[in-house]
Amino acid sequence: MDFRIMPKTALSDWVELLTKQYRVVGPKPLHGQYVFGEIQSADELDLNYTTTVLPPKKYLVPTREVLLEYKTDGTHFETRIEPQPTVVLGVHACDLHAIELFDRIFSQSYTDQHYQAHRDNTVLVTIECLKPCTEQSFCRSMGTLSVTDIFDLHLLDLGEEYAIEIGTEKGERLLEGLASVFNATDADLAHVNDTLLDKWRHFPYRLELDVTELPSVLHEMFSNSLWDELGDICLGCGMCTQVCPTCYCFDVNDETDLTLKTGKRTRSWDSCQIDVFAMVAGGHNFRERKAWRQRHRFMRKGKYQLDAYGLVGCVGCGRCAQACLVGITPIKTFNELYRRYQMQTTGEAVLQGVNAK
Amino acid sequence: MPSLIKQVKQNPSIYMPVPARIVAVRQLTAIEKLFTVALPNGISLRHTPGQFVQLSVFGVGEAPISISSSPSRSNGVFELCIRKVGDLTNTIHRMKAGDIIGVRGPFGRGFPVGKLRGKDLLFVAGGLGLAPLRSLINEVLDDRGNYGKLKVLYGTGTPQALLFRDELDEWIARDDIDVELTVDCPDADWCYNTGLITELFRGLQTNPRNTVAVVVGPPVMYKFVLKELIDLKIPDGNIWLSFERRMKCGVGKCGHCQLNHIYTCQVGPSFPYSEIRQLEEALS
Repeated sequence: MDFRIMPKTALSDWVELLTKQYRVVGPKPLHGQYVFGEIQSADELDLNYTTTVLPPKKYLVPTREVLLEYKTDGTHFETRIEPQPTVVLGVHACDLHAIELFDRIFSQSYTDQHYQAHRDNTVLVTIECLKPCTEQSFCRSMGTLSVTDIFDLHLLDLGEEYAIEIGTEKGERLLEGLASVFNATDADLAHVNDTLLDKWRHFPYRLELDVTELPSVLHEMFSNSLWDELGDICLGCGMCTQVCPTCYCFDVNDETDLTLKTGKRTRSWDSCQIDVFAMVAGGHNFRERKAWRQRHRFMRKGKYQLDAYGLVGCVGCGRCAQACLVGITPIKTFNELYRRYQMQTTGEAVLQGVNAK
Repeated sequence: MPSLIKQVKQNPSIYMPVPARIVAVRQLTAIEKLFTVALPNGISLRHTPGQFVQLSVFGVGEAPISISSSPSRSNGVFELCIRKVGDLTNTIHRMKAGDIIGVRGPFGRGFPVGKLRGKDLLFVAGGLGLAPLRSLINEVLDDRGNYGKLKVLYGTGTPQALLFRDELDEWIARDDIDVELTVDCPDADWCYNTGLITELFRGLQTNPRNTVAVVVGPPVMYKFVLKELIDLKIPDGNIWLSFERRMKCGVGKCGHCQLNHIYTCQVGPSFPYSEIRQLEEALS
C-alpha cells in the first residue's frame, strides 16, 4: 500500500490546486445538515461531516440528464455526452460501495455510455469513517464500513494531518504539484494502523442478524403481514429511494420546445414507490399496492441486487430512515422481519416435534 | 448487411435509436393498426419471434412493441401491430406511410424456435397476444416440415376484435394447422365458440410428452390457462409465456420491468414456466 502524509494546513492549497483543473465537490453544511456541493475553497468543506442528504450518485446519474436532442419530424437526432471532470472529496465507504454496485449495473449486458462518461471523468477521494454518522447508520452490520478498492485516493484523519492512500494513477495525479505531501514514515504507518484498529469499537452492530442471512430471511418472509403494515403507513412519496445511494431507476421523457420542431429526450430519477411505476398502457398495475412497493424496495436492498449483481443493495447509510416521514427504517424492518422469521421457524420446529410424537 | 442491434451498440448512446420509415399502414380493427417499417441503408432487424423493439416517436417518447412479422418473411421490412391505448400509440396511429420513427433493438429473449422443432405446438393467444405469437406461427408455417401437429387457440372480446382476420381464415383453410376461436360477446354471424379461452381446452387431445405450449395474452389469462396446461400434464419447461411490463430503457437499467430480481426486458419477455414459477411477482 502506497501512503502519503499531508498536513491539514495544506488542505486549502490542495483544493485551490484542484479547482484549477476540476469541478471540486465535497460535503458542506447547509441548513443544519450536510450536502455534497461545489466548493471553491477548503473553508467551505467539512470532511468531519456526518451523512449528507443526497449521496454523491447525483454526479454520476444526474437528477435530470439529456439523452438525445431531436427534430420532431425524425430527420435529425443526436447524442451529446459532455461530462465535466470532477473530483468528489470526502466520500464515505458506504457511498463507495454503492458506486461499485452502479459500476456493475451500468456496464452489465449493455454499457450505459452516459454513466460511463461521468464515471470516467470523476475522481473519487474517500475518507475513512472513524465514528458512526447517525443512530440510523448500520454500515458495520452491512459490511460496508471499510472502503472497497475502487477509490482513487483514500484519506485517513490522523489529527494534525491526513494519511493519503493512493488507489489509482488517476488519484495520484491529484497530488502532483502539491509541495507539502510527504512519503509516510514507519511511525506514520504505525499511527495509521493504530487509528484503524481503534475505530471498530465505535461502531455498533445494529442488525440482529448477519448480513449473509438477509437474503434467505427476506425470501422466507415474502408473504409476511409486515409488508401490509408498512404499506398502511407509507405515504408513497418516494423520498426513501431519492436519497438512497443504491437507487438508480429512471424515467425517460420527451420534452419538446414551444415551436414543436425540436426537443430533448431526458432521463430523470424515478421511484418504485410511486404508484404508476409498474403500470403498463391500458392501466394494469403490476405493483398497485404500497405494501408491494415497500416489499419490492426492501427485497431489492437485501436480496435482489445480490442475486443479480453479486453485491448487497443496501449499504447501511441510514439516509432513507432520516428521510422517511412516517418512520419506516431499514434497521427496524430487517430486525422485525428477523424476529418473525425466528418465531416462524421455531414454531415450525415445535410443530414438527409434536407431529413426530 | 449489419444488424440493427449491432448498429445500436455502435451508436454513441445505447439510448439512441436508428431512424426507420413507415412504409405501409393497415387498419386491423377499430383500435389496432399494422405498421410496416423499413430500416435504413440495408440494416436488417434479425429478430427472434417474441422479441420486441423500443419504438420512438420523437416528441412523444418510446415504448416497447413486440415484433409481429416472422423472420422468414422479413423482405427487408418488419411489422408492428399496435393498439392505440396511450400517448405514443395514439400518436403513431395518426402517422402515415413515409413518416419517420426510431427503433432500438431487437431486445430480450424470444421464443426458443430451435427447441420447438419436432414438437407438437399449442399456441394460446388472448387479445393482442396474437401480435407476437403471429411472428412465431408464421415462422413455423414457413418451415412446416420441421414441426409436429399445430394448434392455435385464440380468444378476444368480440368478433370485431380479432386480429389478422385474413390470415386466420388462411390458417383455418389449411389442413396442417388447427385453429379454434372464441369470443366473449358473439354477433349474429359468429360461427365459432363463445366463452372464455379456457373453454377451448375441453376435450383437447395432446401428447404431453411431445407438446410445447406458447401462451401470450393479458396477465389475467395466464393463471387460468396455466391451470389447463398443467392439467394436460405438459412439463413446466415446455410452457412458454410472454410477459408484459412497463419498460423505459429496454437494456436492463431503468428498473421499471423488474420482476423479483429479474429484468423482464433482458431475461424475458419470453419465459418458460419452469423459470418463473418460483418468482412471486411473476403471476401475482
